[in-house]
Amino acid sequence: MDDARPATVSRSLFGDFVARSRAAGRLVVQPRMGFGEPQVMRDGLTAVKAARATTIGTVTLDSYTRVGDLDAARKALDEGADINGYPIVTHGLATNRKLVEDLLAPDFPIQVRHGSARPQDIIAASLRAGLDATEGGPVSYCLPYGRISLRDSVRNWEESCALMTAARAHGAEPHVETFGGCMLGQLCPPSMLVAISLLEGLFFHRHGVRSISLSYAQQTHADQDRGAIRALRRLARQFLPDADWHVVVYTYMGVYPRTGAGARLLLEQSVDIAVRTGAERLIVKTAAEAHRIATVEENIQALETAAAADRRVRATGPLPADSDDLTDTDGDDFTDDPDAQEILDEATSVITAVLALSEDPGAALTAAFAHGLLDVPYCLHADNMGRTRSYIDRDGRLRWSRTGSLPFRAAGRTTDATDMTAADLLGALSRVQRSFDRAADLGVPPGHVQLIN
Amino acid sequence: MTSHSALDIVVSGTESDSHTWNLVYLQLLLEGWGHRVENLGPCVAGRDIVERYAYRAPDLIVLSSVNGHGESDGLRAVAALRASRELAGTPVVIGGKLGTHGTADLARGENSPGAVARRLREAGFTAVFLEPVDLGAFEEFVGSVVPRHGRAARQALQTTPA
Repeated sequence: MDDARPATVSRSLFGDFVARSRAAGRLVVQPRMGFGEPQVMRDGLTAVKAARATTIGTVTLDSYTRVGDLDAARKALDEGADINGYPIVTHGLATNRKLVEDLLAPDFPIQVRHGSARPQDIIAASLRAGLDATEGGPVSYCLPYGRISLRDSVRNWEESCALMTAARAHGAEPHVETFGGCMLGQLCPPSMLVAISLLEGLFFHRHGVRSISLSYAQQTHADQDRGAIRALRRLARQFLPDADWHVVVYTYMGVYPRTGAGARLLLEQSVDIAVRTGAERLIVKTAAEAHRIATVEENIQALETAAAADRRVRATGPLPADSDDLTDTDGDDFTDDPDAQEILDEATSVITAVLALSEDPGAALTAAFAHGLLDVPYCLHADNMGRTRSYIDRDGRLRWSRTGSLPFRAAGRTTDATDMTAADLLGALSRVQRSFDRAADLGVPPGHVQLIN
Repeated sequence: MTSHSALDIVVSGTESDSHTWNLVYLQLLLEGWGHRVENLGPCVAGRDIVERYAYRAPDLIVLSSVNGHGESDGLRAVAALRASRELAGTPVVIGGKLGTHGTADLARGENSPGAVARRLREAGFTAVFLEPVDLGAFEEFVGSVVPRHGRAARQALQTTPA
């Protein structure tokens, strides 16, 4: 599989582990896990490393550090108060090094996850501790959350990339994952997720990052999700030919099933989608996460459930996606896959229009939002134009009801749609929950769950 | 709804609350009733609203909070709004999950829903809609709000010498 990629690309610890796992036919699985107390965090990492699964460790930071309120993080630590993640900047170098000592290795990379639109301190503290893998993006860590302008976020991420590439002098080879395929968690049509994920990947690459992962979050329809990931891989081959890249899938991020069986089925369906499209890595979700921070045990259980599902999918025979990277020619249509084709067409229109705005990828992203060429439905950030709307179709696919100034016309079957009402929105937000609880009850196998109305 | 009674409504989250789907829901609800909505999004302090609307007051301001800090956030926000000359008379409502005690049976005494609502009204909110929100009552309230140009016209009539 690596034959198509240049041999001269230097590999990050993170990227190299993922590539070796892929070659061995194993999906890499990873939790979202963060604890404030260093020993608890270390115990969590140790348990993830020992899990019966091909794992990468995660250090998720707390919300004080995310918004840059380091005084509050300091105060919480001093008072022994509850903190919802690991405050890497506040703990300091000695503690951070001890956290990952003898754990961080070629067989166990660790990623820092933070959610910050102003991540320079976080990146610097991570790099000093030898943690050169992180995630985020100028768009995806700005629009859904804080009140930082897109322009400032772009500048902050440019500076972060400079910090990361400078760390090569000390032996690091940074890896960055785009969070762009997860915008708002739900109700963003796949073509927009694919376009933003790819554009953020391109942003990192132009700023010197050589090892990149492109995210995509499971949405509402398995065929549409598979099509989105195929389209994303096609675009990555086309736009990132000299990067080391892989695709990371996120298990559904919206309102989660109420029952344990429904939650497990949703996780297993995300594994099915990832494996059948050749995606290399999966961020799992635990059933507990919707209500509270999941325990280490709950995380391990989710990782092992995903690993078992991975083995079951691969046992069914050769995967069509295995040959996709070699046989899929960039000029070809996805004649057998209308979902992939539609998403590829829309995403290509968006990416091409955005890149035409400026040579500089950050300036292109900023201008694209100002012109509405990028416009995320239901995103309330002041820099998002807000003229697009989406809905879940009767067949369970996510579709546009309004495309605003996006540089494509929604397909014929989309145009007769009317905007969701408030009641429709409530129904849409919980439709995956209801459908998977019911499907688990009926014994529907993963990969085949369709939404009910 | 007839066009002359369409209101210009500002929907906003509160200072410490980063939730957004509740704000999207409110926007669709109010638009569905025929009003024009500007949605400020999450994590907005009262002083931010004052700064933004000091020269063009909307007909109605709707705050929503679901993270459990709605009362303290709301009290700070309404103090800023009522201290602003332009917005002092603008109807301001707050709704959602406003106390840290989620269910009414757990919250008694000063944390009871009635006590929370009373404190918020005394601090200057025109109305308070605690979860579970009675949508009928909210719709009725919004329907009773008089558009700003209507208020201006009436005031003009009242101050014109006979």
